[in-house]
Amino acid sequence: MPYKLTINGTHHTVDVPGDMPLLWVIRDVLKLHGTKYGCGIGQCGCCTVHLGDEAVRSCLTPISAVGHQHVTTIEGLSPDASHPVQRAWIDGDVPQCGYCQAGQMMSASALLKKTPHPTNEEIDTAMAGNLCRCGCYLRIRDAINRAAEIASGTETTASAAL
Amino acid sequence: MPTLEKIQIDRRSFLKATAMAGGGMLLALYASPLDEVFAQMRFPQAKLVPASFVMIHPDNTYTIMSKNPETGNGARTMLPMIIAEELDVEWKNVTVEQADVDGAKYGLQIEGGSTAVPLNWMAMRQIGRAGRQMLVAAAAQTWSVPESECTTKAGTVMHEGSGKSATYGELASKAATVPVPDFQTLKFKDPKDYTIIGHPTADVDDPKIVSGKPLYGIDVSLPGMMGAVYVKCPVFGGKAVSANLDEIKALPGVRYAFIVAGNGDTSQLSSGVAIVADQWYQANHARQKLKVQWDEGPTANESSEGYLQQAQALAPQKPQQILRHDGDVDSAFNNAAHVVEAFYAYPFLSHAAMEPRNTTACYKDGKLEIWTNSQLPGMGVMPLAQLLKMSPNDITVHMIRGGGGFGRGLVNDFFIEAAYIAKTVGGGVPVKLLWTREDDMHHDAYRPAGYHSLKAGVDANGKIIAWKNHFISFGSNGRFASAANMEPDEFPARFVPNYELGTSLMPTGIPTGAMRAPGSNAIAFVIQSFIDELANASGKDSVEFLVDLLSVEPLPAPTGGMGMRGAPYIAARMRACVERARDNSGWGKRTLPENTALGIGAHFCHMGYFADVAEVTVTGNQVKVNKVWAVGDIGSQIINPARAQNMVAGGIIDGMSQLMDYEINIDHGRAMENNFNGYEPVRLTKAPPDIHVEFLNTKYSPTGLGEPPLPPVLPAIANAIFKVTGKRARRLPLKREGFSWA
Repeated sequence: MPYKLTINGTHHTVDVPGDMPLLWVIRDVLKLHGTKYGCGIGQCGCCTVHLGDEAVRSCLTPISAVGHQHVTTIEGLSPDASHPVQRAWIDGDVPQCGYCQAGQMMSASALLKKTPHPTNEEIDTAMAGNLCRCGCYLRIRDAINRAAEIASGTETTASAAL
Repeated sequence: MPTLEKIQIDRRSFLKATAMAGGGMLLALYASPLDEVFAQMRFPQAKLVPASFVMIHPDNTYTIMSKNPETGNGARTMLPMIIAEELDVEWKNVTVEQADVDGAKYGLQIEGGSTAVPLNWMAMRQIGRAGRQMLVAAAAQTWSVPESECTTKAGTVMHEGSGKSATYGELASKAATVPVPDFQTLKFKDPKDYTIIGHPTADVDDPKIVSGKPLYGIDVSLPGMMGAVYVKCPVFGGKAVSANLDEIKALPGVRYAFIVAGNGDTSQLSSGVAIVADQWYQANHARQKLKVQWDEGPTANESSEGYLQQAQALAPQKPQQILRHDGDVDSAFNNAAHVVEAFYAYPFLSHAAMEPRNTTACYKDGKLEIWTNSQLPGMGVMPLAQLLKMSPNDITVHMIRGGGGFGRGLVNDFFIEAAYIAKTVGGGVPVKLLWTREDDMHHDAYRPAGYHSLKAGVDANGKIIAWKNHFISFGSNGRFASAANMEPDEFPARFVPNYELGTSLMPTGIPTGAMRAPGSNAIAFVIQSFIDELANASGKDSVEFLVDLLSVEPLPAPTGGMGMRGAPYIAARMRACVERARDNSGWGKRTLPENTALGIGAHFCHMGYFADVAEVTVTGNQVKVNKVWAVGDIGSQIINPARAQNMVAGGIIDGMSQLMDYEINIDHGRAMENNFNGYEPVRLTKAPPDIHVEFLNTKYSPTGLGEPPLPPVLPAIANAIFKVTGKRARRLPLKREGFSWA
């Protein structure tokens, strides 16, 4: 059955079963590989995308539920890695294997859109669903704080990692 | 700009630098013979053939090859850094490219055993330095000046006397005609002149990672590619007898469905049912309707509970084998002021790398091409070739970045399965085999469970005078199962005058394998917790007790065969780490808040020494790790401090997951956990807010960091928990004792 969807500003029509998760439409039909598969049951957060302004787990979102909501994937955060979250992730040399990081950045960017200067507790709540098997959490937290500074033009210190 | 793919390498030319069309130079590799550490395994040895490690482009930029697989240890950035340093170029002008599997050119290509640094430190410097010397020779010849009067800096050769200079790019064509120097004559840079090594350097893939570029095995996408699932018996070793294949083949998108008999080796090709479809999602969807008749086999009788009962029955009996015996242990107990006995146990663990197992393969006209994130793909080629009755020369393997390995990628079952399915499909159709998370958790090569029956005695001065460990593990015919062994000279062997390590083996059909710090990840918890029990029995401070133990004049170190450690235990190195961690954490020097204590753990493995102090607050059964101070000794040089710090913090957090939550329960020969909701890694909310990492700079040749930081954190935290609560955890994971992270 054909479904219309808007991803990163571009309109697509895909002919897939209605219960096909958005994750696999993104990856295997539209060939956008930035969004990752880690668990398929919404436990790891690797598949995180934005529906409108909300961070959602695309592995649990059937294509039939997307409707007119705009989908943003990691590829759509910026054309050139210039989004404050991307810049902070590079400044902080956050990744080890890197596989979870697209999902981490999508959760972080959704948080910062709503809460430009999050507290530690707000970061906890927003990021609790994103697993990092390599344990980069301390750098992830630092990068979120740094991204907030970059976004508000107030970054003062050099990143501790580099 | 010439690319590697367009260059034809003549394998019969020896040690020649080859001019590239359009200018530039390729450099040969000399890889030093393999360490004794790996003497038991048959790995390729690089021959003296031209191999491309460095390409110097006419515009004075450089491409440096990364020889090893990369699944998160940072070697893809770190090894080229070493070459670039000795070549004497600026890192910003370097582009890194991934080498294919080619043992003749690159020798051992592995991500494992914390070996990237120790096995490559010499060879990578030799490559860079030899290249630099050839460029200097080219300049000297061009200017008719002695080489000794030429210097280099940032990709330029200079002759001060005449004021002449030329870039590497300008000199490359001529340098390619200069003989490659004898590697024994090379003089390396003085570390004080390093501009790359020792400087925090971002991972070369960071820009692609943050942009969502396709980088991982799961992202391989080729024209006409199909997706496949491989359904295996939930009982290990079970065989597929029959299945409703016709019904499956009729489902949307499905192109092939067939039974594979396998070769009876779960580390290679288990029996199963392959479903291949236009899209992977369709194959995975079709499997919901798959009905298979399985011949489960004998492993269906095995269970974690059964092993525990067997181990408990074996524990008081004489060990089947004595691995080491010093003095007279049984008599020595008579002289002990305090004797402590304890039974420790830990479960099977699954690696659970974030990227589920996958590999893509394509078979066309008798040739197989494979794209994989295996940690040791070269070792998968021979068994694959035998299985498929092909020549290994007809198998090309591309190494693709992996989303974590932790040792799982050292077992090439997923690699062999994908290739087998692709060959069956044939016709030049690329097939991507992707395991679901459930497949990944159900079909691992698990960190084996283990059981230790310990008895030790301390004298009136708090010195350990007797130590006996009956280590019950898995194996048969007197041989340990894979990664189920314990080193005969594991600490505190040599430091206790009356010592016995014995072992008894239980047969198992559960596949086992190395998981980050094999032989250490749980064993350090056992040994360092039990040492803490002895400290407590003797009334001594835990750190003081450990330092005293490390100050004992040890029995002589073993000669020959260094086993997994790669070197004998040097107490002075461990003592320095312990004392530094003690000082950094303020051990014994500060008042701690209520319900808060410090605990120490120290372990040597994979050639690295680490001591951790953990500050822990326990409220009820809720455990909060406030801070960890880690001190490591991995020799004279940290090559990339940015990644080194991240790796230590990551190893600590990984260790915390093993301590509190991870366990795989075997029941009726199958793994009972399915996904992260039953096997939960530490989340950001539970990670310590602060981890302090310090490296001691010692005179020893640099060694690796993938594994040594993990083992000590388990006992450090457990010992702190004991201090607060008086509860001694002797069984992992701690959630079994009712604990959880606060």
